[in-house]
Amino acid sequence: MIATSFSVGVLSSLAPTPIHQAFARDLLVLPVLLPLAAACLSLLTSSILWRRILMLGTTLLLVALSGWLLPMADLGQVLVYRLGNWPVPVAIVLSLDRLAALLLLLTAIVATGSAWAALRGDDQHGPHFHAALLLLIAGVNGAFLTGDLFNLFVSFELLLIASYGLLVFGGTPARVRSGVQYAVLNLVGSSIFLVGIGMLYSVTGTLNLAELSQRVALLDAPSAAFARSGALLLLVVFALKAALVPFSFWLPAAYSAASPPVAALFAILTKVGVYAIVRMSTMVVGTDAAHRANLYGEWLWPMAVATVAFGALAAIGTRSVRRLQSALLIVSVGTMLASMAHGSEEGLSAGLFYLVHSTIAAAAMFLIAGLSEQRDAPRRWTSVLFFVGALSVAGLPPLSGFLGKVLMLQAFPADSRLPVMWTVVLGSSLLAVIALSRRGAALFWGAADAPETSTLTRAREQRRPVPRALLSRVPPTALLLVLAAVTIGAGALSDFTQRTAQQLLAPSQLRSQILDAPGGR
Amino acid sequence: MNLLLASAIAVLIGSGAYLVLRARLFTVLLGLMLVGYGVNLFLLAMGRVRVLVPPIITDAGGPYADPLPQALVLTAIVIGFGMTAFLLALAVRSRSVFGSDHVDGLADSTDSASASDSAAAPPVLVARHAAS
Repeated sequence: MIATSFSVGVLSSLAPTPIHQAFARDLLVLPVLLPLAAACLSLLTSSILWRRILMLGTTLLLVALSGWLLPMADLGQVLVYRLGNWPVPVAIVLSLDRLAALLLLLTAIVATGSAWAALRGDDQHGPHFHAALLLLIAGVNGAFLTGDLFNLFVSFELLLIASYGLLVFGGTPARVRSGVQYAVLNLVGSSIFLVGIGMLYSVTGTLNLAELSQRVALLDAPSAAFARSGALLLLVVFALKAALVPFSFWLPAAYSAASPPVAALFAILTKVGVYAIVRMSTMVVGTDAAHRANLYGEWLWPMAVATVAFGALAAIGTRSVRRLQSALLIVSVGTMLASMAHGSEEGLSAGLFYLVHSTIAAAAMFLIAGLSEQRDAPRRWTSVLFFVGALSVAGLPPLSGFLGKVLMLQAFPADSRLPVMWTVVLGSSLLAVIALSRRGAALFWGAADAPETSTLTRAREQRRPVPRALLSRVPPTALLLVLAAVTIGAGALSDFTQRTAQQLLAPSQLRSQILDAPGGR
Repeated sequence: MNLLLASAIAVLIGSGAYLVLRARLFTVLLGLMLVGYGVNLFLLAMGRVRVLVPPIITDAGGPYADPLPQALVLTAIVIGFGMTAFLLALAVRSRSVFGSDHVDGLADSTDSASASDSAAAPPVLVARHAAS
């Protein structure tokens, strides 16, 4: 198992040994601390050059760090960092299992692409773009690492307040309007989150996810019903973040109004919601106790199917590339959760594989959409990028989206839901292809509705000369190259997601590894 | 005591929810604050309410109040305060951009993110406000 684990990870040449692992456990706080510290530093300097160096340097460092952590997590032992070195149920823990490690790396990659793309000039409409971006990364990493329900709430708030700032950054009317609505909606979501946390705490007396899952199993019937309601309230909040129908109607307006690098970064935010759903549904309301078995699954399935339908229809109905990509993001979230809803190991693994692919593809596509709106961008290169990006987003053969969809269809068990699943996956692919080819044709061949460039963008482009061609073309190209790498390494990745799913579906082992965390007092 | 607390939470969250559903940003903001207060009280109540009891476990045993919900509420208050301040600033910005504090801002007929930089159509706005 150790031998196969080498194939995954950026720095896989470093053999993970127990000593490395102990070291990694102590570094576990860095993915949160590093961007947080860099954000504070970038508030102190007024030089845009230093801010940019801090931003890009931190994201690159995070790629290296999480690439190094991934093989550690793949050894199978959960790495646990206890904040303040308190004994476990008292301390707030950060825990790194395979799922968290995978998502950390994904976040770092997407963030690097987004940060690089922002150098084009999107970070210059105001002073604090870099700090907000770094804070967002800190929040996202915190959400992936934390093993504590209330800390999850705090991480959510951290990433949300950074995302409010990033969304309205530049202050065009469309951004302000969608920013206000996004903020109000998420504040209501935060209140519901707190109510859900309170309900779970009142019957279990703990917020540590591992201990929570232990105690939820022991509840008597009335308390269990109360805990179920709390858990379902949390599902509402996570579905709001993941943009599942009926909580997804905010997403197209918000993501299409944001500047392209921000929208690309936001592709990871929906995955925070997906992550929280997966974590809760495997760990706390998982499959290993009778009265709460697969609580989320039965709700997730209809929601996911409706999400795919809504997203696909929205994709067909829109005339703007950014809205199209926002709709396809909703489709991808629905598709992966439809696969995960069943609670089987194969379905979870295939869904995770598709999560990796679709996040990178969506981020690349948002950047390409931004590129297609630039007047000075070289048309031919942009159209090639758009073509490749569209193929990967729609899930057509050359790139990994196709493999993800095949895996999901194969993994689905043959029951009454199977025809629905096939319809969902294949129908949404078809509609995506139609919508993308219509947009692509209009963009690159037709003059009918040429891309509109905002006066703001135009003014900026006139003001600034051109070392930008490189800056604006490289990030989406690089993200598509990462996708190509994912396609080539698909075997290794799907093995890894398989092991991840195994680990997730054995919550009792995860629990005991977290609660009996080594490291002494 | 419990009845009093429960009805206070109900009134706060109920009236907050009503205000959040209004179309003006200022009332929405007030509503969010009321909901926040209600939720904070709810969190406190979830740790069981005990009057005149310290949040300390002594060797002698005896009753103690659960300190954790109090810490949670404190965090929630701070976060809620920050969020409210941010939303207030955003609402002021929205008011100055659109000249109205309607939650939808100016009615905007295109769905392009950048099209609304130029002058958006005021007649549609008037029609929408008259309807609402």
